[in-house]
Amino acid sequence: MVMPPAVAAASGTPGNASLTLQTVASLGFGPHADWVSYLAKNPQGKWVHSTNLVVPANSLIHVTIYQYDTATGLRNPFWGEPEGTVGEAKVNGKAIPILNPDLASHTFAIPELGVTVPLKGVADNAKNQCSLAPCTLAEAHNTITFTFRTGKRGTFRWQCFVPCAAGFILGFGGPMQSLGYMDGLLHVV
Amino acid sequence: MIDVAGRRVSRHGVQIVAIWAVLTAIAVPLIVFVLGPHLPPGRMSAEASDQTDANTVLTALMAPIILIVAIQIVYSLVVFRARGDAIEDGAPIRGHDPTVLAWIVLTSVIVLALAVWGSYTLVQSARGAGGGQGPSPADLPKGGKTPLPIQVIGQQWAWTFRFPTYKAFETRQLELPVGKVIAFHVTSIDVTHSFWAYELGVKADAVPGVDNVAFVTPRKLGRFTIRCAELCGLWHGHMALHGRVVSASDFDTWVAQQKAANAQIIPDLGPYQRVYFPEPKHRAG
Repeated sequence: MVMPPAVAAASGTPGNASLTLQTVASLGFGPHADWVSYLAKNPQGKWVHSTNLVVPANSLIHVTIYQYDTATGLRNPFWGEPEGTVGEAKVNGKAIPILNPDLASHTFAIPELGVTVPLKGVADNAKNQCSLAPCTLAEAHNTITFTFRTGKRGTFRWQCFVPCAAGFILGFGGPMQSLGYMDGLLHVV
Repeated sequence: MIDVAGRRVSRHGVQIVAIWAVLTAIAVPLIVFVLGPHLPPGRMSAEASDQTDANTVLTALMAPIILIVAIQIVYSLVVFRARGDAIEDGAPIRGHDPTVLAWIVLTSVIVLALAVWGSYTLVQSARGAGGGQGPSPADLPKGGKTPLPIQVIGQQWAWTFRFPTYKAFETRQLELPVGKVIAFHVTSIDVTHSFWAYELGVKADAVPGVDNVAFVTPRKLGRFTIRCAELCGLWHGHMALHGRVVSASDFDTWVAQQKAANAQIIPDLGPYQRVYFPEPKHRAG
């Protein structure tokens, strides 16, 4: 198993940190250029192909996810309700108490922390869709924002619950089974 | 050679049997009364108790067999070890029909007795199997008790639980009322998982398209461990959580809380079904 490089959250005021992620339909480079993937922005503002995240303990983590991928749909609609956030999860500034399961492109879920946020996909017919990571804000996307609270130190897995792996049986192979793509580790330090 | 009941018996044989008898007399009570209460899975449910009893009986029966083999080996290493530099042939080995006959009879009796006892446990108390009885259980709860149905849904990589009796709400937590017969309806919406509620004595396969029914009757309040017992992908080892057995009133309170918390998502969950065949959507598949 290849461990992607660690990406630390950007520190803010005491007790606060920010994570900025993006999802892309196909990475466009590397050994699996056509795989769907997450990317993380490091504190220097550079996009890194990694899902190996580092956040501070006992803090509020403010997450922004630029969602460039189209919808695949949840296999279990249960994950369409955001859980475990501090305040509401928002899509393009609007609160989403429930996301229509068919509109979900991915989820950002940390099951051990009880955090699940569905990510609304870009419309299939959206213009100017991103074809190569890292995508830019000029390309079609949804912006999902939410906050969750970390507790004591530890390492937790995070994952996508949408079967979004194109070309794999039931959409659950390849990137859905690989660190650095649709699965990651959250190091609370 | 010495005389035992008028027969000529090897001194070594008598010593081995004597050592075996003494150690067996010590080991079996220790297993039954000291080790037995600590053998898995415990006594949190009627089914778990059956399994703990089975493990205790099997361990107690194995002890004399293991001891006779171990004593023979150790005795031979100590008493019959080569001494000095000379390499000599040992005494010729000749058959001893009574010993062979006794061994065959004894082992046959043990195996057949275990087969009868195991079958009785399985049939009379099929709850004890813990592995589920498939979609059409043959052995229903005794006394016409109506079980509380709880659907267990395996998915990569989490368990969720649906309660058809209570508006089919779905939750990530599992609480059970003590003393109530539970019917777990175990299924999966992707690959094969295995729902292992360790202290309850339940380990039922979660297979896509199959409603695997496993009955359990919690007897003790407390926490139990849930894991996936079927290698199911990257985060298989993380498909773990704890459930709780609570009093009936606490269970009612918990259900009310869960229904309220899930009120918004319930309409989107779709109707309760015994199995689900979610179609691959869009590009997946």
